[in-house]
Amino acid sequence: MTETLLLIMMFAPLAAAAGCMLTRVARVAEILNLIASLVVFATAIPVTILSAGGPYHYFDDYIVLDLTGAWVILCTAIVYLLASIYSIGYMRLLGEDGKLWSFYALFAGFTLTILASAVMNNAGLYWIAIELTTLVSTFLVGFERAPESIEAAWKYIIIVSAGISLALLGTVLFYWCGSFVLGPTYDMTWDALRQAAPKMNPTLAALSFLLVLVGYGTKVGLAPMHSWLPDAHSESPAPISAMLSGALLNSAMLGIVRYLTVADAAQTGGLARTTLVAFGVVSLLVGALFIVRQYGIKRLMAYSSVEHMGVVALGFGFGGPLGIAGAFYHMLNHSLNKSLMFFGAGNVMRSFGSKEIRDIHGVWRQFPVQGALWLAGAAAITGAPPFGLFLSELIILRAGFERGYDWAVYTMVVLLIVIFIGFLNHFRAMYFDGEEEAAQPPLRVSRWCVAPMWLALAPLLVFGLWWPSELWNHFMAAAQTLTGAAP
Amino acid sequence: MLVAHLDPLAASIFSLMAIVSLMLAFVMLGSRWLNNYLYAFAAETWVIAALSATVGFYGHYPELYLIAILTALFRGLLLPYLVWRIIARLNVTREIHEILQPSSALVAGALAVVFALAVAYRVGQSLDLAGTVAVLALTIMLSMKLIGFLMLAVRHEALSQILGLLVLENGIFLGAQILVPGMPMLIEIVILFDLLVAVACFGVLVRYLVAHVGSTSSLDLKRLVG
Repeated sequence: MTETLLLIMMFAPLAAAAGCMLTRVARVAEILNLIASLVVFATAIPVTILSAGGPYHYFDDYIVLDLTGAWVILCTAIVYLLASIYSIGYMRLLGEDGKLWSFYALFAGFTLTILASAVMNNAGLYWIAIELTTLVSTFLVGFERAPESIEAAWKYIIIVSAGISLALLGTVLFYWCGSFVLGPTYDMTWDALRQAAPKMNPTLAALSFLLVLVGYGTKVGLAPMHSWLPDAHSESPAPISAMLSGALLNSAMLGIVRYLTVADAAQTGGLARTTLVAFGVVSLLVGALFIVRQYGIKRLMAYSSVEHMGVVALGFGFGGPLGIAGAFYHMLNHSLNKSLMFFGAGNVMRSFGSKEIRDIHGVWRQFPVQGALWLAGAAAITGAPPFGLFLSELIILRAGFERGYDWAVYTMVVLLIVIFIGFLNHFRAMYFDGEEEAAQPPLRVSRWCVAPMWLALAPLLVFGLWWPSELWNHFMAAAQTLTGAAP
Repeated sequence: MLVAHLDPLAASIFSLMAIVSLMLAFVMLGSRWLNNYLYAFAAETWVIAALSATVGFYGHYPELYLIAILTALFRGLLLPYLVWRIIARLNVTREIHEILQPSSALVAGALAVVFALAVAYRVGQSLDLAGTVAVLALTIMLSMKLIGFLMLAVRHEALSQILGLLVLENGIFLGAQILVPGMPMLIEIVILFDLLVAVACFGVLVRYLVAHVGSTSSLDLKRLVG
């Protein structure tokens, strides 16, 4: 059952990409991609629910469906659906209908690589999947072909490839660690590593984990390896920014989480967790500093992604059932909310014809509905109640106290307050300043560009007010597989 | 575990090859001309391919012969040819924008090797492998990694950055052959192809860079800051 669903889920974007390449018609490509995203979404929900009965292993153990991977699949599917709807409206504004088919082909291919990375059971194959996500998305980042986009694409591929090569070194060293226990040749599955971990050499395991953490941390956008992230997020087309932020970063975080369980079992002491927590705090700090003094509207959102990946890293770093549950919940909320924010940013960017915050005035007056949605999203992303991120951040804070990371919790609270003020101050400027200037009325965007904002905000509000017990059970079961402890 | 009980001749051959490839990494670090850079890279890859075959012979891993052939063909011939074609097309023969003189870069590289040795020595001691070829392999693996990063940092020509990335991967390849010769072949083959894909992408990107930014030096990429 799950095997069929997974196959359908992988086949849908593949078929869409092939269809785009064969037909080469912009309108057909749009529809194909939208259908693929609907299929992925429709299969992701049962896959996530059924994953509770797993883990399931397929294809000679090369593919695994477990609770953690299923959660990343769900987040990816949601962002893919929202971004596919949005891109129909947004990409038509670019006036590049001639090569839109290639955009949609790459878009579907990009999603496929992210989904594939979530189910890879072999540490080496996971590395390859992550490398493929980079290769495909580079062309999406540089799609607009402006000098800035090319610059962003170049920085993206060079920095991320260099970072990922550290993760490969860590992977090879982990294989070496395992070869002392399991013999010179074995299948490097996550389970095999975890079982071999207690007998691994702690020094070598710690070195390997740190390499993997820095490597995949580059892809996650943890500071100080985040430098590609604001460029790539701000220069790619808005739907791709949402995919990068809401889907890609999670898929790389998955690798860190899986290796973290191995490092824990290998008795590396608190080193692995403390390093992850430190990266989380530094990400929050860098995010806060650059959010306060920011001029670009999409760069603002990009630094907010650095911040939120820091929060997720803190959640997993604190560990324990609470920390893991909070981090999972935060991933989902962040995916929804960041899609909303990038969609809103893309809309005002197109409407006002500028990427700079200072050129955008009177959003509230010009776009009452869309402006209200975007403002609600801004309140949500800074962690204000009653939205989902408030709850998930609160849980992560509690987990920090419970696990004795008080210093990290206090720093996190202070930085979150700084970000709240800094972020909303930019919105105040865009909404209420310069109302008297009677500039020419800004361009209107189509309904395709506003509908996904509704679709993202509604669940965010629901998750802030009501936490379904099924979700809680899912998180607890996932925490159990990750910590090996009873819930 | 192969490295723990090797006969002395094999250990010496492995060490010799590993050291030769480290020397070639230094040749790359010290050269100002892109062509020399490329030849040194190709030579290093051939040494690594030979190493794969030797490890396969002494360790009885027949699949390593295939990997040796693939490495030599793809990374030793096809990749350098592709990069060479880009060099010829772009008319960039030497590094114009150097942050660090090649001589200073060599000193920095030497420091990187000392650091790598310190780390490898410590790991080797904790594994009771001190004095074996494993420590040497780990040292060279880490130092080629660091030298690759050094090249990425002090070179600004787009092509030397690509070569810097390839050196990063060469270091891993070399270490992996000696430390974990039994690593499933599937992965190693896919890595070979993956690199090829990477270079194809780079080729396209370099062409974009020339067409739209007007230069292949990453020093000119400074529009996006803050």
